[in-house]
Amino acid sequence: MIPGSDSIVAVLFGLMVALTAGGALLAVLSTRIIRSVSGLAVCCFGLAGLYCFLNSPFLALMEILIYIGAVCVTIVFGVMLSEPDEPAPSEKRGREWWWGGIALLVSVAVFWGVTRLSLHGPWPAPVAPETDGSVRAIGIALLTTYSLPFELISLVLLVAILGALVIARGGRRSE
Amino acid sequence: MNPRLFDQPGVYLALAAFLLAAGIYGLVRRRTLIGMLISGELIFSAAALNFMTLNRFVAPNPAIGQIFVLFLMGLAAAEVAIALSIIIAVYRNYRSIQPKELSELKG
Repeated sequence: MIPGSDSIVAVLFGLMVALTAGGALLAVLSTRIIRSVSGLAVCCFGLAGLYCFLNSPFLALMEILIYIGAVCVTIVFGVMLSEPDEPAPSEKRGREWWWGGIALLVSVAVFWGVTRLSLHGPWPAPVAPETDGSVRAIGIALLTTYSLPFELISLVLLVAILGALVIARGGRRSE
Repeated sequence: MNPRLFDQPGVYLALAAFLLAAGIYGLVRRRTLIGMLISGELIFSAAALNFMTLNRFVAPNPAIGQIFVLFLMGLAAAEVAIALSIIIAVYRNYRSIQPKELSELKG
């Protein structure tokens, strides 16, 4: 046991929470869309750290692999193929502030309500876990109990790839 | 400071609610399709974090929540692929990806 490891772990936890929240804010509030994608990547990195704290290093690796490695990179390609920066506000300033206020009000209400529900909710008492939740347990469950959803998700991914190809090729003209 | 803060579900649940609220705000405020897509990903992440928290602290079998979150990630990846191809097709036809321009079907 390293001396002071408790405080190191607490600092790491705080860092991961701050990365997640800050990345989400950057993703939502920045005007340049490429900064928004970077914010999403930072947010996913923080989430991967939180998954480590939640006893699941396997899902932390998957989060980095799928979200940062696949989703963010794909969105960056989409950014390069189109022209996505936020347009200058064309409406009147008053209406702009009005809609911003309504959106802020709705999201603050959602945050407050869901936090209150989840902090004061009558969660059942924790029970003794049946399995240890290791990669071995996940693999056994995927190949026995959840084999049908496992096959279905592969079918969904195949159809999504084919559909993306067909839709993105459809309107291409030789100019 | 409580040293065992990461062993209680409170912080994780509040953070998931924050991600959901940020995603909803972005979905309402963004004026490009890619920005709305990113906000949708934030909402997906909020759902995944909620699943993982309850899986860790309440559920009897900690493997099930991880499998569910794995499926959720697969669905999110499929959604991003489809949505980006639609965005590229829209940009090719309209030379713009603002949702305001896509009003041809308006009654």
